Amino acid sequence: MTRSRLNFIVLPALVVLVSVVALLLAAGTNPWEPIRLIIQGSLGWPPFESGSANKVGDTFMVWVPIALASAGLIVTFNAGMWNIGIEGQIIMGAIAAALVAREVSAPRPLLVLLTIVAGAAGGLLWGLLVGILRTAGGVNEIFGGLGLDFVALSLTTYLVIGPWKRPGVASTSGTEIFPADSFLPSVGGTRLSPLAVGITLLAIAGVWLLFRGTMYGLKLKAVGRNRPSSFLMGIPTDRYLLGAFVICGALAGIAGTAQATGFHQKLIPTISGNYGFLAILVVLLARFRPFWVIPISFFFAMIAVGSSSLSLRLNVDPSLGGVLQGVLVLSTIFGLGWAALRAARESPVDDGEVG
Amino acid sequence: MSGFINALVDMFDTATIASIVAGASALLFATMGETISEKAGVINLSVDGSMMLAALAGFVVALQTGSVWLGFPAAAAVGMAAALVVAFGSIRLSLNQVAVGFVLFALCTELSRFLGDSYVGRPGEAVPAWDIPGLSSIPFFGRVLFQHNLIVYLAYVTVVATYLFMYRTRRGLELQGVGERPEAAHARGIAVNRLRYLYTALGGALIGIGGAAFTLDLKLGWSDRPTRNLGWIVLAIVIFGGWHPLRAAFGVLLFGALQAFALNLVPEFPNLAQVLPSIPFPAMILVLVIVNWKALLRWLDRYPFLRAILRSDPPGAIGSRFEVS
Repeated sequence: MTRSRLNFIVLPALVVLVSVVALLLAAGTNPWEPIRLIIQGSLGWPPFESGSANKVGDTFMVWVPIALASAGLIVTFNAGMWNIGIEGQIIMGAIAAALVAREVSAPRPLLVLLTIVAGAAGGLLWGLLVGILRTAGGVNEIFGGLGLDFVALSLTTYLVIGPWKRPGVASTSGTEIFPADSFLPSVGGTRLSPLAVGITLLAIAGVWLLFRGTMYGLKLKAVGRNRPSSFLMGIPTDRYLLGAFVICGALAGIAGTAQATGFHQKLIPTISGNYGFLAILVVLLARFRPFWVIPISFFFAMIAVGSSSLSLRLNVDPSLGGVLQGVLVLSTIFGLGWAALRAARESPVDDGEVG
Repeated sequence: MSGFINALVDMFDTATIASIVAGASALLFATMGETISEKAGVINLSVDGSMMLAALAGFVVALQTGSVWLGFPAAAAVGMAAALVVAFGSIRLSLNQVAVGFVLFALCTELSRFLGDSYVGRPGEAVPAWDIPGLSSIPFFGRVLFQHNLIVYLAYVTVVATYLFMYRTRRGLELQGVGERPEAAHARGIAVNRLRYLYTALGGALIGIGGAAFTLDLKLGWSDRPTRNLGWIVLAIVIFGGWHPLRAAFGVLLFGALQAFALNLVPEFPNLAQVLPSIPFPAMILVLVIVNWKALLRWLDRYPFLRAILRSDPPGAIGSRFEVS
């Protein structure tokens, strides 16, 4: 067991290293330099040097939506659902938060609270819709979710160039900056919001607790493992599936709020930053374990923030970061599959499904 | 309102219909590929990424060799390689097909951006136009059907060939058996997993050719993620088409018509110019949602004729793995 465990950590790491170095050599650059630049771009070089406060703040604020979405996805994955609609749920959260930020005037703490609640409600609604399509309509959640992703994306684009356009100019660069009272409170002139980081950690702990210490979580897992027999055991499976989508949607909606009133402080068409899809990769890599989400999504956030400086400094396309993430996840799940196959060969007892 | 009517009237223009017929070629290839793969029981969810990477491969190979016809086999090889990764992961390693497909989608997309960066905006090769002698001079139909190029004709030939193969040959019956009842197929002496590898690879090759049809014919050249989201539409159309090649082909044409309609609306609503081109994507998926609505299906069950046309049932063993016990 220890040998196979070692294999599926060492093997993917080796694959990633070799493939990235090969790619960079093919692109004609020194392979070490981009890695250093990614660290420099996200945390400073040396990491956390005195002038890097802004970068570190940005990295944390990219970590927040990825980690929140990942926490939500753990719930839907445990219920056996592929919530590809997570992108749309983030976007609808951002739209709802933007609506409150633009239209409501209230004392600052109340307004911030309202944007968060509105964001959660927006994401929840969009998640619930995927769930209803699935349970009442029998529409596969992958396609229902994808359709709602497209709807949400069209809606933001419409809002940004239509009703919420900046006076005089309709451009996809975004709406006007929201009133300052609605911003998530941040520290030291950076974008870092301790409130957002706190909510994210709470959400992750909450999801851990849900599956570790509650009957609800246990039943949800049962529904995910075997829906027909859970139903026969008297679990209202449809309600549990809807519950999973509601929890995931609300967390994704808060991620959208963090994007709208925390990071960008305005609404842009690409408000989700693709973080929902990235979170699916994070959860697959974390193998659905909540606390692993914290470091893995931080690593992904570093790549996302740091790789933007690659094109400026090295003339390497920033998508290198995405390639790295993809290779890492693919080689990890293949490594796991390989280890499981070998374990199954050595002992005939099947030790469960992987991936 | 009059804007809508104008746009609708423009749809019946000969040139518009001809452009829908020609524009469907890429998605027809990819949809046939995915239909074959899913019919054998393997969902290749990576289409959106692998089609894009294949599109890049086709463009680059055609550019380097100066021959557009070498681009297509290169793209087919890339699509096939991606499909084989999905097949290997799900058949040999018993991994979840959706997981492998999704990760591969993300990886191939980013890889196409990374490797294609230096090709953005460079002029490349294009499939030459070729009117079919004789047929192309028929009034209306000649313009609509026979004044395109070899790749467009080949796309429609592929549709008919897929249909004939699947429903009119013994090998096609085996393909269906492998996807519907692998145990029964196995009992009849069919090598289930070998056939699944074969048809997933074949499907991947067609998906790759679809990608190259974009960069070498429909949307010449390379830009950032040129076929973005079209792979997801392919997956949706396969379901919409009820895993039947001819119905899926109808779905592709319907999507093309929606796109043409959205484009026709742009001059009527210029302030929505940036939103309209994206409308066919949600529209197409919403059509899928309606067609799959349980209540509608129950209603259809009372009308066998309509049911046969509209109902779509997935292959029995889709997405599952088969092991000889």
